[in-house]
Amino acid sequence: MSEELTKKVIQIIAETQRMPAEKISPASTFQELGIDSLDGINILFALENEFNINIPDDSAQTIRSVGEMIEGVQKLIDESAGKPAAG
Amino acid sequence: MAVRRVVVTGIGAICAQGKTAAEFWQALQDGRSGIHPIETVDVSGFKFRNGAEVPNFQPTEYFDEKTASLLDRFAQFSLIAAREAVADSRIEWTPELREAATIVTGSCVGGQLAQDTGYADLFLEKRCRVSPLTIPKTMANAGASHISLEYGITGPAFTFSTACSSANHAIGHALWMVRNGQAEVAITGGSEAPFGTGFLRAWEAMRVVAPDTCRPFSKERRGMIIGEGAAMLVLEPLEAARARGARIYGEIVGFGMTSDAHHITQPSVDGPARAMRLALRDAQMAPEEVGYINAHGTGTAANDPTESAAIRAVFGDLADHIAVSSTKSMHGHALGAAGALEAVATVLALQSGIIPPTANFIELDPQCPIDVVANQARRAEVSAALSNSFAFGGLNAVIAFRRVAG
Repeated sequence: MSEELTKKVIQIIAETQRMPAEKISPASTFQELGIDSLDGINILFALENEFNINIPDDSAQTIRSVGEMIEGVQKLIDESAGKPAAG
Repeated sequence: MAVRRVVVTGIGAICAQGKTAAEFWQALQDGRSGIHPIETVDVSGFKFRNGAEVPNFQPTEYFDEKTASLLDRFAQFSLIAAREAVADSRIEWTPELREAATIVTGSCVGGQLAQDTGYADLFLEKRCRVSPLTIPKTMANAGASHISLEYGITGPAFTFSTACSSANHAIGHALWMVRNGQAEVAITGGSEAPFGTGFLRAWEAMRVVAPDTCRPFSKERRGMIIGEGAAMLVLEPLEAARARGARIYGEIVGFGMTSDAHHITQPSVDGPARAMRLALRDAQMAPEEVGYINAHGTGTAANDPTESAAIRAVFGDLADHIAVSSTKSMHGHALGAAGALEAVATVLALQSGIIPPTANFIELDPQCPIDVVANQARRAEVSAALSNSFAFGGLNAVIAFRRVAG
C-alpha cells in the first residue's frame, strides 16, 4: 500500500472522527479507535467522495481495521484506473 | 371508573400489497410480496432498485384535483386508510362523539415529497420562491389534521414522530386514551410516503437497504426494503362497540415503550426486551398466552439477531412455541406506517387463525433462534399476540393484542 494513500486515509479518518492523526496507524482496529458502525459508514462516505470511488455495502460490513480500509480503497482505485474512461 | 377494554371496530390499509385492508390481508395470507422495481423515482445509479410502492397510485381516484394538490402523498394515504377504517366501523357521528373522538397518528418524515419539490425549485431551478403549500403539506401532523377536517372531529389530534416506532407509539397512546376515558373513539395508525430522491439517497448512505429483497431472519438477508402506505384502526370501548352491534376484529390490551440509551442507530437487546415485558404487564398477560409475534424484523444484519435475543430474553423456552413472522418481507419497511400495517396484520391473524408468513425466506440464521413462519401462512388458533416496533434512536414500542371470541 502506498505511503501517500495511507496518509490520506488516516487523515480522512482523523477528520471524520475528530481525533489526532497521530493516534491512527494501519494496524489500528476500529474497536481500538472507538469507531462504531455509524462512524464506519461516515468514514466510507468521506472516502468515496475523496477518491471518487464506490465502496460496496457488503465490503463495508467486513472491514474492521484501518489497514483493511486502506487496502480496500487501493483496490477500488486500481480497478477504476484499469477501466477505460467512461466519458 | 373500571378500566375499559378497548377493541378494534374498523380497519383501513393501503400499501404495496393492496389498496384496501381486504386486498392487503389476502396478499398477506397468500405470502404475496409487494416488493418490485421502484417506479416513482429514477433509481438508476443507486445501489438498490427494489421497493414496496403502492402500485399505480392515482390520487384523483380518491380526491378531486384541488384536494389532491393540498395533500402530500403521505397525507393522502392517511386519509384513504382513515376513510376505509371509519366506513368499516359504521360509526354514526354525533356532535358529542366528534368532540369525544381522538386522532393519533404516526409518521417518520411527514411530507418529504413536498419538501423535496421545494428544494428542487430553490436549488436546482434557482427559483426564489417555493409553493406556499409546502409547509401545510410537509408537517407530519397533516395526515391527522386532514382526518379531523374530513369528519369534523374536534377532540385531540396529534402525531408521533419516533422514526420506525411512530405508529406503535400512536396506537399505544390511542389505546390508553380510550381505556382511560379520555376519548370515546380513536382513529389511530400511521402513514409514510418516503419515495423521494433525496430521502432514498439518504437511506442508501445508511448502507442498510438490500440490493435484492427483504429476507428477515434468513442467513442470506442483505438488508431492509423501503415501503410506503398507511393503515388506520378505529378503537372503541368494548361495551360501546357491543351496545351498537359493531363488528369487533380484536382487542388491543397492552402497550409497552422504552428507550435504549445505547446508540443512535445500533439496536440493543435490553430496550426491546423491556418494552415487550411492559406490554405484557400493561395487558395483564402471561408470557404463556402469546402465540404469535409480528416482529420488527427489518432484515438488516443488526436487527434480526438482536430482536431474536430480546424475544428469547423475555420468553425463554416458551419462544420455541411462539410463531414469529416479519410481514415487512411483503409490505416493505413503511417506517412511520409500519406498526400500523403490522397491527392490522396482527389483529386479522388473531381473528382468522391464519398467521401471515415471512416471505423470501431461505434458511434460518442460527443467530435468530426463533420459530419463523417461513414463506407460507400457518393455521394456528392463537389467543394473544405482540407486535414489535423498534426505531433508530433506540425507541421501542410494543403492542399486545387478544382475540375476541365470537
